[in-house]
Amino acid sequence: MVHLTINDTPVTAHPGETILEAASRNGILIPTLCHMEGRHKVGACRICVVEVQGMKNLMASCVTPATDGMVVRTSTPRVRKARKILYELMLSDHPADCLHCDRNGRCEFQRLGETLQIRESRFEGRRSRDFVDDSSPSIVRDTAKCILCRRCVTVCSEIQGVGALSPQNRGFATEIGPGGSLRLGTAVCTNCGQCTVVCPVNALHEADSTEAVWKALSDPRKVVVVQTAPAVRVALGEEFDLPTGTLVTGKMVTALRQLGFDQVFDTNFTADLTILEEGYELLGRIVSLLRSKGLVDDRQLETLGLPTHMAAHLPDPVLPMITSCSPGWIKYVEHFHGTRLGHLSTCKSPHMMLGALAKSWFAGKAGIDPKSLFVVSVMPCTAKKYEITRPEMEQEGLRDVDAVLTTRELARMIREAGIDFARLPDSAFDSPMGLSTGAADVFGVTGGVMEAALRTVYEVITGRTLPFASLHVAPIVGLEQVKTASIVLENVLPQWSFLEGLEVRIAVTSGLDGASRLMDGIADGTSPYHFIEVMGCPGGCISGGGQPRSPDPDFRQKRLEAMYREDEGKPLRKSHDNPDIQALYAEWLGEPGGHRSHHYLHTTYTTRVRR
Amino acid sequence: MMEMSMELRCDQAGAPESEQDRYALLRQVISQYEAKESNLIQILHMGQAIFGCLPEDVQRFIGQEMDLPLPRVAGVVSFYSYFSTQPKGRHTIQVCLGTACYVRGGKKVMEALRDHLGIDVGETTADRRFSLEVKRCIGACGLAPAVAIDDVVYKRVDPNRLADILGRHA
Repeated sequence: MVHLTINDTPVTAHPGETILEAASRNGILIPTLCHMEGRHKVGACRICVVEVQGMKNLMASCVTPATDGMVVRTSTPRVRKARKILYELMLSDHPADCLHCDRNGRCEFQRLGETLQIRESRFEGRRSRDFVDDSSPSIVRDTAKCILCRRCVTVCSEIQGVGALSPQNRGFATEIGPGGSLRLGTAVCTNCGQCTVVCPVNALHEADSTEAVWKALSDPRKVVVVQTAPAVRVALGEEFDLPTGTLVTGKMVTALRQLGFDQVFDTNFTADLTILEEGYELLGRIVSLLRSKGLVDDRQLETLGLPTHMAAHLPDPVLPMITSCSPGWIKYVEHFHGTRLGHLSTCKSPHMMLGALAKSWFAGKAGIDPKSLFVVSVMPCTAKKYEITRPEMEQEGLRDVDAVLTTRELARMIREAGIDFARLPDSAFDSPMGLSTGAADVFGVTGGVMEAALRTVYEVITGRTLPFASLHVAPIVGLEQVKTASIVLENVLPQWSFLEGLEVRIAVTSGLDGASRLMDGIADGTSPYHFIEVMGCPGGCISGGGQPRSPDPDFRQKRLEAMYREDEGKPLRKSHDNPDIQALYAEWLGEPGGHRSHHYLHTTYTTRVRR
Repeated sequence: MMEMSMELRCDQAGAPESEQDRYALLRQVISQYEAKESNLIQILHMGQAIFGCLPEDVQRFIGQEMDLPLPRVAGVVSFYSYFSTQPKGRHTIQVCLGTACYVRGGKKVMEALRDHLGIDVGETTADRRFSLEVKRCIGACGLAPAVAIDDVVYKRVDPNRLADILGRHA
């Protein structure tokens, strides 16, 4: 233990801890701006400076280790004066348009001004940048707002392993961006939006879709359909000061109706559908592989009860199969592992499936002209804004989904409409795309898609329920970067006898850096897995790029727990038990992997430039 | 091969003519430096020697060969004034703006050159004849204001008589 004195109080620090960390553990707050808990220690902004006895200069407490006998003062006149000067210097190169800025009231720079009690702005000078990069369908980069903290650089390079943002030029001309003639829309950017979550100001934010949605809502010729992803309901409440991890499913549905949406559907419905499509795709690939090795003959193939179309056209035997729900992850693979696109499941992501079904099956059923339908997806994700622009995401000349709102954007619309969210009564999703099982709920957290798929696939092969307490595959539950497990298939149904004793190996990862390591294993032939789940953001969609920015260090864990609570509270826990999914197959789709499924629910991928 | 690339100088002497050969040579340079990120600046020096400058395509090639994001390569290239993304002209004009030249009218010389050539500092004329640069003291304070074109230094330059000087460098 290290013993030091901070503000005349003796405190202890763990070896290696910084002054800032030791102070904060002992209840002494030092203001920071560029600092990012545990991740980012660059000392770029100097706001956290403190006086250390015996040192001539003020020290940045976020990068100075606490040492034995150190005497620190965090709020002397000299320190307060220095912080004010630093703040005012940053302010002199920052547009003072707070009153009409997206981040008004939710800006870390603004809040810091209050903390530091800034009462004047003494420095007038030239502004260094004023370029707005709106080339990306997902993320807008407003260089004038940037305070050069470099949090986005850390999250993009070190946590996501992408590197779309880097400091360019030097001195006064420094800017954070892709460099050269590149814009976010042309750079190797996955649109994951993690940069928009960590940006303390409005320099990086989601491309606005609220205007387009308000316009559709006020257009009497439009039937406006909305759907919400599983991760939205575990985080939206935070925007209305409800405790982190509060489930607000019912209030959210009520709010959407009050906003004027004509149909409120649940992306969870198509998450269940995804499990059926993707589960059978996995089975198809395994059978296809065994057949190519001569281990399954024609007679056996007939007895399996595989969907007829699939049995006739077995998928390519490419394993491991990898999930395809996360559009940031998809673009990452297309850039960095463009020769391995065959490993990706061909399933569209659940909200794209719902959009495609809304404009085909639902429109027909409800007697609505599909051209008058406007489909809005509320997503925890910025990459979904890009995903809907992909050329393959349309049928019969109609886009599957017309607009994507992030969780944060929906919260803004609810506030703007004057809806008292916290006091709203609960209501339920609309039929026919509102009912879902618990398996769909966990889609929003790392490990969830895998668990949901196993709940169904295991049962198809063995005729028995997945043998885990409360159906949770314990080794793949949690926030670790890479999780692995294996399940031995025993006492399988007679027609699946060729799978008896097979050890099914699975891996789950969230965040693109971990995913990259699993892909390297596939490239060098050492990957032992049959099935891999990847979510592009660390922790999965619960901490997606479109989610509320949380000051709670345990926000991921709390949102995760809320998600499993929602799952466990459902009477149905397995996707194949969803009666409305069964009805959809009986009435219209036919069978998983059938003709209509392929037309509306599956997609293709494109190799893109690496670096 | 090692010796050849080590001997390369920054004036492109010894660089191959064809684009294809230049990329091949650059690839060898990168592999000599083991594609290590810590060697990026050295590799960029060599790249500039081979290509004369570091346009985006060359930066992208270096990024791909070294498995580095292009934005990081571009960040280093744009940080150091030594690196240029534009091809240099046949002649480089260096206007001295050190203290002595500055007070004796270097700024006016610079303005006249900008007007005359129609380019800004760091740029090259469309006919690739001249590139314009600023120097902070070339050690010829007694001759202020001084201008160097390639390795010829002109003393007490009169902003009204620049055409005469430029005419000596075809």
